[in-house]
Amino acid sequence: MEEHTNHIDRRDFFKIVGITAAATTTSFVGCSPQKENTPQSTQLGPVPTDKMTYRTTPTTKDKVSILGYGCMRWPTVPTPDGKGNLIDQEAVNELVDYAIAHGVNYFDTAPVYIQGWSEESTGIALKRHPRDSYFIATKMSNHRIAGRGLSPKEIYDASIKMYRESFKKLQVDYIDYYLLHSIGGAKGMETFNERFIDSGVLDFLLKEREAGRIRNLGWSFHGDVKVFDTVLNMGIQWDFVQIQLNYLDWQHASGRNVNAEYLYGELAKRNIPAVIMEPLLGGRLSNVPDHIVARLKQQRPEQSVASWAFRFAGSPEHVLTVLSGMTYMEHLQDNIRTYSPLEPLTDEEAQFLYDTASLIRQYPTVPCNDCKYCMPCPYAIDIPAILLHYNKCVNEGNVPETQQDENYRKARQAFLVGYDRSVPKLRQANHCIGCNQCSPLCPQRIDIPRELHRIDAFVEKLKQETL
Amino acid sequence: MLRKIRLISATICFTLITLLFLDFTGSIHAWLGWLAKIQFLPAVLALNIGVIIFLILLTLLFGRTYCSVICPLGVLQDLMAWVGKKAKKSKLPYSYSPAISWLRYGVLALFILAIIAGIGSLVALLAPYSAYGRIANNLLQPIWIGGNNLLAYFAERADSYAFYETEVWLKSVPTLILAVATFVLLFVLAWKNGRTYCNTICPVGTILGFLSRFSLYRVQIDTDKCNGCGLCARNCKAACINSKEHAVDYSRCVACMDCLNKCKQGAINYMPIWNKTKTTSPHNGETNLSRRRALSATLLITMASAMKAQNRKTEEVVMKKDGGLEPIKERKPSNRQTPLVPPGAQSIKNMTSHCTACQLCVSVCPNQVLRPSGDLMTLMQPEMSYELGYCRPECTKCSEVCPAGAILPITTADKSATQIGHAVWIKDYCVPLTDGQKCGNCERHCPTKAIQMVPSVANDPKSIKIPVINTERCIGCGACENLCPARPFSAIYVEGHERHRIV
Repeated sequence: MEEHTNHIDRRDFFKIVGITAAATTTSFVGCSPQKENTPQSTQLGPVPTDKMTYRTTPTTKDKVSILGYGCMRWPTVPTPDGKGNLIDQEAVNELVDYAIAHGVNYFDTAPVYIQGWSEESTGIALKRHPRDSYFIATKMSNHRIAGRGLSPKEIYDASIKMYRESFKKLQVDYIDYYLLHSIGGAKGMETFNERFIDSGVLDFLLKEREAGRIRNLGWSFHGDVKVFDTVLNMGIQWDFVQIQLNYLDWQHASGRNVNAEYLYGELAKRNIPAVIMEPLLGGRLSNVPDHIVARLKQQRPEQSVASWAFRFAGSPEHVLTVLSGMTYMEHLQDNIRTYSPLEPLTDEEAQFLYDTASLIRQYPTVPCNDCKYCMPCPYAIDIPAILLHYNKCVNEGNVPETQQDENYRKARQAFLVGYDRSVPKLRQANHCIGCNQCSPLCPQRIDIPRELHRIDAFVEKLKQETL
Repeated sequence: MLRKIRLISATICFTLITLLFLDFTGSIHAWLGWLAKIQFLPAVLALNIGVIIFLILLTLLFGRTYCSVICPLGVLQDLMAWVGKKAKKSKLPYSYSPAISWLRYGVLALFILAIIAGIGSLVALLAPYSAYGRIANNLLQPIWIGGNNLLAYFAERADSYAFYETEVWLKSVPTLILAVATFVLLFVLAWKNGRTYCNTICPVGTILGFLSRFSLYRVQIDTDKCNGCGLCARNCKAACINSKEHAVDYSRCVACMDCLNKCKQGAINYMPIWNKTKTTSPHNGETNLSRRRALSATLLITMASAMKAQNRKTEEVVMKKDGGLEPIKERKPSNRQTPLVPPGAQSIKNMTSHCTACQLCVSVCPNQVLRPSGDLMTLMQPEMSYELGYCRPECTKCSEVCPAGAILPITTADKSATQIGHAVWIKDYCVPLTDGQKCGNCERHCPTKAIQMVPSVANDPKSIKIPVINTERCIGCGACENLCPARPFSAIYVEGHERHRIV
């Protein structure tokens, strides 16, 4: 694949390079989450261009828009041969232009996103704007080479190569926000040390900050709270930290996630700005059951369901920016509205959201945010598509418990037909062999094989009508 | 009037039986399954005495109405001949020709010998019902499914679950070729001379023709009225009216009633053999056949190409990147020593001796398991393979539709206890040993718990586990083979059994 790059220009390159991904997966993420709040401009008026809320960093005094653009979910189009997807560069340009025109100035990418094509695509789109009109965040994703028994030297070399490639792909000579990507995963501190301490990568990055090629150094965190505490207290001045924060995780984080209340509290104590990821849980806080929609809409009928999640994430004052992977223009517009300007949550509203969270928690959805870190599965299973289909059916009441359920026939048809539509047969849960290579990659700590086998058993019961 | 009755009933029969072959959901068989069961050859092979007697009586009473109404291949040829007639702009396309008896009886003898000798392929090649099934399944069903998929496409966008997409797949190249060849041959014959196939090759036509010589009702020429104009003969698609001698070859007359209204003298009538009274001539001078340009019937053969594995170059990937899908590697069929036939078939012998290779079971199999055999002896008869799916426990569709007794009706309970084959493990392909990954997908999906996972090293309980098969419990459903992660060859496959047994 790399060979092609020499012969064609970059734009064409993006149109040609196939990203093997089921078309269904992406459309899934995109369409459903915010369908109910497509703005109607006649009633809402134009999307404001000059009312965005900004927060200032203590160290570099950057004025960062409260809405940050997550570059992990760029729109894709099917490849000409129909076997995969590729990034739709034209659509990316359009989204980036629109975002910048409406005050968004923070763009967050990583070398591993979208099969490694995100940085390049983001770079192409941003290159068309003055360098001082936006901030770029990218990451040291060497967790994807850790734990394989490589020597410190090998890890160092591969990491530095990755670091330098980020500059090339993004077409910049400095990076505004550089993160140690997803610390706290795998074997906790052991992995952290392997990645950054023993290899000397952290020393290298600190020197890069001194040299000005990294303006702000920080890290993103998922998983083991011991790592969070240790790294926070290791005597290094961190310019920012990226955490998962939303009203579902504030007090009752799922799996091995740490309550956001604690994480944010620790950062606020130290006056470290928090960059927020997963404010909407990959759409799970937008694609909620009907009665939750009704509950939220009753309070603010004109605001989208998603706006609650964004107001929640943006309200704490030490939050620097809230990242959202906006695949569709409608999502971008809705989020710009929410934050132009941000109307902070009142205490009553916050309590209302905590109560809502406990109602949502009663639905047995799988906490998958469709980040695709688990992908590609070596046995060709489309893990997120399966889990998202299941969640969709849970929310829509199409996961019957017994054949006596009132809507059993309808639900059965919807589940099974929808399953085949969302996931090609050879990528469905019954092909999961349980090798468990995926689970360690999941930032939400989902026991993926267990969930897939559970869903498979459910599908079998539906098919055999033995529920 | 008689002609109209024939036309209407033939259209209904033809449409419904075609639907039977097109339907991939298996839901209309409950209503229309009898249409396949009243076909002559399936009835004979199933020893369906009631139907055989009915058909014999029908022929003895009214002549070969079976050929004009019930037989879908006959009606199809009428359709082709009609197109031909329109295209040729000829009002009088046919003429009398003497019977080619040696060929007719020769083919019949060959056909009977083939049945006795169990050469299913030859039987299927000659039998009209099999030929129609072949055409409908291979040429028409893909178009039908294409239409369904179009509806499914719109349904999906309308968030409706009323239609779902079904895959069109190439089941067997030889069968497809034979279907196209049959279609083309019939088209040429019917275009030129109407019912040539029925009266020279078709063994069922020959048998019924033998009976219809003695039929009670028949077309008769009133020699007093007949002026020998030959209009009837020129309109007879069976080429059986010798107008010069005022004689009708009743072994070839398919009782289509086309000639009746053609006679301007009212000299030709369909009536009981004893009724020699002269009916008054219902003179009418219609028949203004429009001279429109004929529709050129072009049959589009849409074939979905088999999924091809996308062979990505294995680069030296240092870092795992996030997202994307592993390409699906094609699954190659396992090399079975003994073919697999569905539960209900009872034995391979029962299958080969009863099957008409009509493709009805292949049409209806929802799991992409049944496909026509490529073996010379059993060509086009169904056999099972598990590359695309497996014989699911809740499905008994093929046994419900088989009109010939090749696959006898079976309940899901009986099916789950019928051993049609047994699984065989291939060490060299097994993922725990090749990839070092723990697996057990075969064990997890075995409906009879015939597979258990045991440590690969006998004395080391911590060694990676491999499947072992209790062949006594295995029913041969193929869940293990289909869901095995090893590619292109499955590490576990099902070997067929000559005779099925209850376990």
